[in-house]
Amino acid sequence: MTTIGDAAATAQTTWVRVCALDDLTVERGRAALIGDTQIALFRLVDGTVRAVSNYDPYGLAHVLSRGIVGSKAFTDGSEVPTIASPLHKQAWDLRTGAVVETQGKDERHIAVHPVAVDDGQVLIKWKAA
Amino acid sequence: MSTSNKTAGHIVVVGAGMVAHRFIESLLTRSDAPWQITLIGEESRLPYDRVGLTSFFSGTTADELTLERHHLEDPRVALVTGDPVVRVDRKAKTVHTAARSEFAYDTLVLATGSYAARPAVDGADLPGCFVYRTIDDLVSLTDFVEARRAQLGRPLVGKVVGGGLLGLEAAGALQGLDVDCTVVHSGTHLMSAQIDRAGGEVLGRLISQRGIDVRTESRTTRLDADRTGQVAGLEFRDGSWEEADVVVFTVGVRPNDRLAREAMLECEPRGGVLIDDACRTSDDAIFAIGEVANFDGRCVGLVAPGYTMAEVAADRLLGGEATFPGYDESTKLKLSGVDVASFGDAMATSPGALDVVYTDPVGGVYKKLVMSDDASTLLGGILVGDASAYGSLRPLVGSPLGADPAAYLMPEGGVEAPTGDLPDEAIVCSCSSVTAGRIRGAVHEDGCADAGEVKACTKAGATCGSCFVTVKKIVGKELASLGKAVSDALCEHFDMSRRQLFDAISVSGLTTFSAIIDRFGRGRGCDVCKPTIASILSGLVGEHVLEGETATLQDTNDHVMANMQKDGSYSVVPRMPGGEVTPEGLIVIGEVAKEFGLYTKLTGGQRIDMFGARLEQLPLVWKRLVDAGFESGQAYGKSLRTVKSCVGSTWCRYGVLDSVGMAVRLELRYRGLRSPHKLKLGVSGCARECAEARGKDVGVIATENGWNMYVGGNGGFTPRHAQLLAEGLDDDGLIRAIDRFFMYYIRTADRLQRTAPWVEELEGGLDGLREVIFDDSLGIADDLDRSMDKHVGTYEDEWAATLKDPDKLSRFHSFVNAPDTPDPSLAYVLERGQVRPASDEEKESGSVMIAGTTLEVRR
Ligand code: SRM
Ligand SMILES: Cc1cc2nc3c(=O)[nH]c(=O)nc-3n(C[C@H](O)[C@H](O)[C@H](O)COP(=O)(O)OP(=O)(O)OC[C@H]3O[C@@H](n4cnc5c(N)ncnc54)[C@H](O)[C@@H]3O)c2cc1C
Ligand code: SF4
Ligand code: FES
Repeated sequence: MTTIGDAAATAQTTWVRVCALDDLTVERGRAALIGDTQIALFRLVDGTVRAVSNYDPYGLAHVLSRGIVGSKAFTDGSEVPTIASPLHKQAWDLRTGAVVETQGKDERHIAVHPVAVDDGQVLIKWKAA
Repeated sequence: MSTSNKTAGHIVVVGAGMVAHRFIESLLTRSDAPWQITLIGEESRLPYDRVGLTSFFSGTTADELTLERHHLEDPRVALVTGDPVVRVDRKAKTVHTAARSEFAYDTLVLATGSYAARPAVDGADLPGCFVYRTIDDLVSLTDFVEARRAQLGRPLVGKVVGGGLLGLEAAGALQGLDVDCTVVHSGTHLMSAQIDRAGGEVLGRLISQRGIDVRTESRTTRLDADRTGQVAGLEFRDGSWEEADVVVFTVGVRPNDRLAREAMLECEPRGGVLIDDACRTSDDAIFAIGEVANFDGRCVGLVAPGYTMAEVAADRLLGGEATFPGYDESTKLKLSGVDVASFGDAMATSPGALDVVYTDPVGGVYKKLVMSDDASTLLGGILVGDASAYGSLRPLVGSPLGADPAAYLMPEGGVEAPTGDLPDEAIVCSCSSVTAGRIRGAVHEDGCADAGEVKACTKAGATCGSCFVTVKKIVGKELASLGKAVSDALCEHFDMSRRQLFDAISVSGLTTFSAIIDRFGRGRGCDVCKPTIASILSGLVGEHVLEGETATLQDTNDHVMANMQKDGSYSVVPRMPGGEVTPEGLIVIGEVAKEFGLYTKLTGGQRIDMFGARLEQLPLVWKRLVDAGFESGQAYGKSLRTVKSCVGSTWCRYGVLDSVGMAVRLELRYRGLRSPHKLKLGVSGCARECAEARGKDVGVIATENGWNMYVGGNGGFTPRHAQLLAEGLDDDGLIRAIDRFFMYYIRTADRLQRTAPWVEELEGGLDGLREVIFDDSLGIADDLDRSMDKHVGTYEDEWAATLKDPDKLSRFHSFVNAPDTPDPSLAYVLERGQVRPASDEEKESGSVMIAGTTLEVRR
């Protein structure tokens, strides 16, 4: 078992390796743990990897990695990759964390984390608290 | 407006009712011009006196009701009866009838009137239920009452649903037929559209004295049939039930405006063809008059304003400048022994209006005059119990009237409730207290273009979601009434409905989501279309739920084959076919639950649920269960849930067939069957129905002659009893019939449409369904059988298969970089000797069993 993120020592921004790209399935999320923080990782069809908070601010549980990946088109023709919560189907833009489907609730956005893929490894830009 | 049509031309009048009759009479008496008038009516009679319809019961013949024939016999008039107009072609200026005749017009007059609504509740179409609008309605009502009385050998019990003018008239008529009659009204008092509550209460007493029972504030929610299929009783919203051998609905009328809508004439969203004060529609060549016309936002179900419109239209055709002055809604009840009238501004809606009321509750009299704010001018009034002054008071409306300064009260605006739709004030969404009216308003005033937008705007359906189907229905109807297409697109990624998509995938032979969305959709899908396609593919391809790309389409529940709970942990439900479980099985479940610290409870589906298992624990839990011979209960998927059973003939002293044996057989046959929504069955061993089988999608009840099969039952948000589809089936016959029923449903139902609403919307109804299943009317029976045989032949337990596949097991790692570290946010407390998720306060106070349900994670 590999636990990552003894980051408290370095209170600055670092890139933290989380897993291999091959550990991720296209369009199916995985959770990762950095310190006590839960992150949801998504590998998209175009090859990019996205990382957002695993916490569903509506359902109040750490479940977003287990939602359904999709896309949403806007009237201006743009299309963004999305993640829908498995609890009550709210959905967010995976690139910005902005909520795109509130299911009639108030707007609650989620945190996003920059991701890099280097030599088959997935790295997350991590700012230790 | 264009050229006035002084030169005679060809006029087509659609609808041969009272107002059409008046129009022709007026035009022909006022002009000798060589008009060519074609009058086309749907009813196979000459225009007759609908207002006097009720006198039919007191011996007036249909012939005597016929209106003056003189003008119809004029050589300038051609009459077509018994043939409805089905289409208006405004470009070509022609109308087309059902019998395929075509008539050209220079001027078209729509006088199609209204039709009587039936409430949208189960059973409103049962034999013995009538509306009250045409001579034919009355003929069938009389015939039925006579035949039914002979059949039952006793006086009949009748209910009139709707306590307006018409309802009271109908109740009097039923009483005349020796039917013991009750008027059921959803409002607070009778005739709530015409008179205020105080008057309504006096009226209620007068009606009761006349031997007609009155039941107010009662909304009918269902009508039930007896064994012969004829109406036997009504259920009300408060759950009470009353018997009825005959039911007459007088719940309001709706304008027959379909022709106009289809011809894209401007119509009022709530009904009626919009006209200006010349009675012209949005097309200069077309007039609308009578009940179908909507002036100033309203249609009025009275003949007098219709006659005025007829005069105006005729005058305009003759080049005149007449205008329709607005509605006069004065009315008088035509029920002998009960005097009621209302006139002018009876509800005192004019600003500052004053009421002058005289009541004599003992004598059964209530009189109210509505006066202007300075108490000088008569604005309107209500007369109950003694309407002798009606004739003299009514013409005085608008004129000064000496009145003493009497007590004055603001009467409540009574709301005339029932039309077939939910009334505006009905609460559709109980979570957010949203009424039907608010939902309609969201479409009209707020411009919401689909149910999703209405949800965001009103919060209806945003909470538990169980009302959303109803919300969608109302929105769909309102959109349609605005002439907007109601999309049956699955979601933004697919323009097709589930049914169309099923056919498209089946015909194209595509087997992956990517290929399907490339070909038939756009984007990368969502939480609506992905699980839908997974379900369709499971039927057509039949792979494991976690096979290849299909795994990514599944909802988390299907993806990990368990049900996600509020805190992100899961519940585990092993299958117990028919509710049967051995003592050994119970012991294993007890041991597993104890070992993993799971909360256990019995479900409503006759099996055991274990809650609080973490993602990474699921394979460990299931390893134990599979080893002990259990398999997945699919409490998660849109698939077969349980087959509930009763004791049956093996033990029960009443059982006639082995209900447990059949339940087990059915559950093992249909287990794992993916469908548009979940499927549930029940099997009872005798008519006592201890398995509550008629609350299920398929209910099976044993009889001396074999199995009776019922379909389309539902518990949940909108409970419905399943309807009898077939009787006296043997075991194999029953199974074939269920096979076909399920497969036909799976192919054609909408996403998340249970069998109950599906059956309800089936073309051809239950008879049509019988023909498909038993007579193979669509020629697909072999195909349906083959699909089901394939399902049964290829079934394998999802959990057993998953446990054998390390690749699939990797999905159960809690974290990609810490595969068996429990979710650190989970916390539990003890209650009644078992765990439950801790509340936020409990988590903060720290008095909880942190980090999961077991002290030690087992491997
Ligand atoms: C566990 C159980 C309650 C219990 O402890 O008894 C249950 C639990 C849930 N029911 Fe149920 N229903 C359970 C029996 C029922 C019954 C009773 C029955 O089957 O005899 C009904 C009414 C019968 C019917 O379906 O017509 C029932 C009508 C519903 C409905 C409303 C369906 C409808 O057509 O209106 C929903 C919502 C839905 O499916 O969209 C629902 C949904 C749910 C969900 C899936 C809600 C959710 O999304 O989380 C619950 C899952 C909890 C879980 O994780 O296990 N549940 N639910 C019962 C499981 C039975 C089983 O052994 O599988
Ligand atoms: C029992 C009863 C009592 C009433 N009592 C009173 C009363 O006391 N006072 C009062 O003012 N009003 C009363 N009314 C209402 C009154 O009868 C109506 O307001 C009046 O009949 C409306 O006339 P109309 O021509 O607009 O519609 P209708 O008389 O309804 O005529 C419309 C005709 O058009 C036909 N039609 C519809 N669509 C088509 C089509 N596509 N092609 C061809 N034909 C079509 C229909 O079959 C119908 O025959 C009563 C109604 C009833 C049923
Ligand atoms: S339904 Fe009939 S057989 Fe079944 S338990 Fe009840 S009485 Fe016994
Ligand atoms: S009843 Fe409407 S969301 Fe619950």
